[in-house]
Amino acid sequence: MDFVFYLVSAFAVGGALAAVLLKNLVHAALALTIAFFGLALLFLRLDAQFAGFAQILVYVGAVAILVVFAILLTKGSEVPKEGVFSKSWFAGLAIAAGVFAVLAWAVLQAAPSLPNQTAVPAVTVNDIGNALMSRYVLPLEIIAVLLTAALLGAVIVAMHEKERAKQ
Amino acid sequence: MTPLTGYLIVAALIFAIGLAGALTRRNAIMVLIGIELMLNAANLNLIAFWRYSPHPELLTGMMFAIFSIAVAAAEAAVGLGLVISIYRHAKTADVEQMNRMKG
Repeated sequence: MDFVFYLVSAFAVGGALAAVLLKNLVHAALALTIAFFGLALLFLRLDAQFAGFAQILVYVGAVAILVVFAILLTKGSEVPKEGVFSKSWFAGLAIAAGVFAVLAWAVLQAAPSLPNQTAVPAVTVNDIGNALMSRYVLPLEIIAVLLTAALLGAVIVAMHEKERAKQ
Repeated sequence: MTPLTGYLIVAALIFAIGLAGALTRRNAIMVLIGIELMLNAANLNLIAFWRYSPHPELLTGMMFAIFSIAVAAAEAAVGLGLVISIYRHAKTADVEQMNRMKG
């Protein structure tokens, strides 16, 4: 628990709050990028270099760009007249606050029995590559199939429906 | 407070913020942004438990987080494709106006 942890956490939580609260969708996407970056810094603080840089590559590099593209393609950058929050916003806020209260209570209750290994894990990217190619090779192949299927599906779903319009 | 408790509280906070965003915003893209925040909070939990576990060399939590990042990328692509498709069909991305099962 040191100053850097509080700084990076404030960065991530502030970015997430701004992403949810900002009215303009383009500003919200920018705040989302900041939140992803803060989370990547938290991963690096936890000595998970590979996950931290994968987070930057996948989220800051790809998912944020996808979100911006979707906003521009749906003309979502204009703030609607009836407001950005739904009619049942109070119920949603109450559910989220309740979920946070339960999670925080569970964490604080379990705090004394949580593991507390202080030694830095001696895990290199080399070890991660070896594990991916030996013990975790089946999940890796399944993820490859899933990504291919998902990308084909995304293209087909977003494709123009010319044939259907003719019928 | 141990370091692991701090990370778990931060993850719970980001999860709650994402849930509030997914439940209260009107725009479908904002709902997807909330879901992405929730997935990231879960990844932070996995990495934190991996870091402070007695056997980090087994890489279990780390691998779970890496596969979760890959699945989240696929989910984002399909979700945003669906939003673009429904926008073209209904001319709106407001989830409160998407209240019909049939075109």
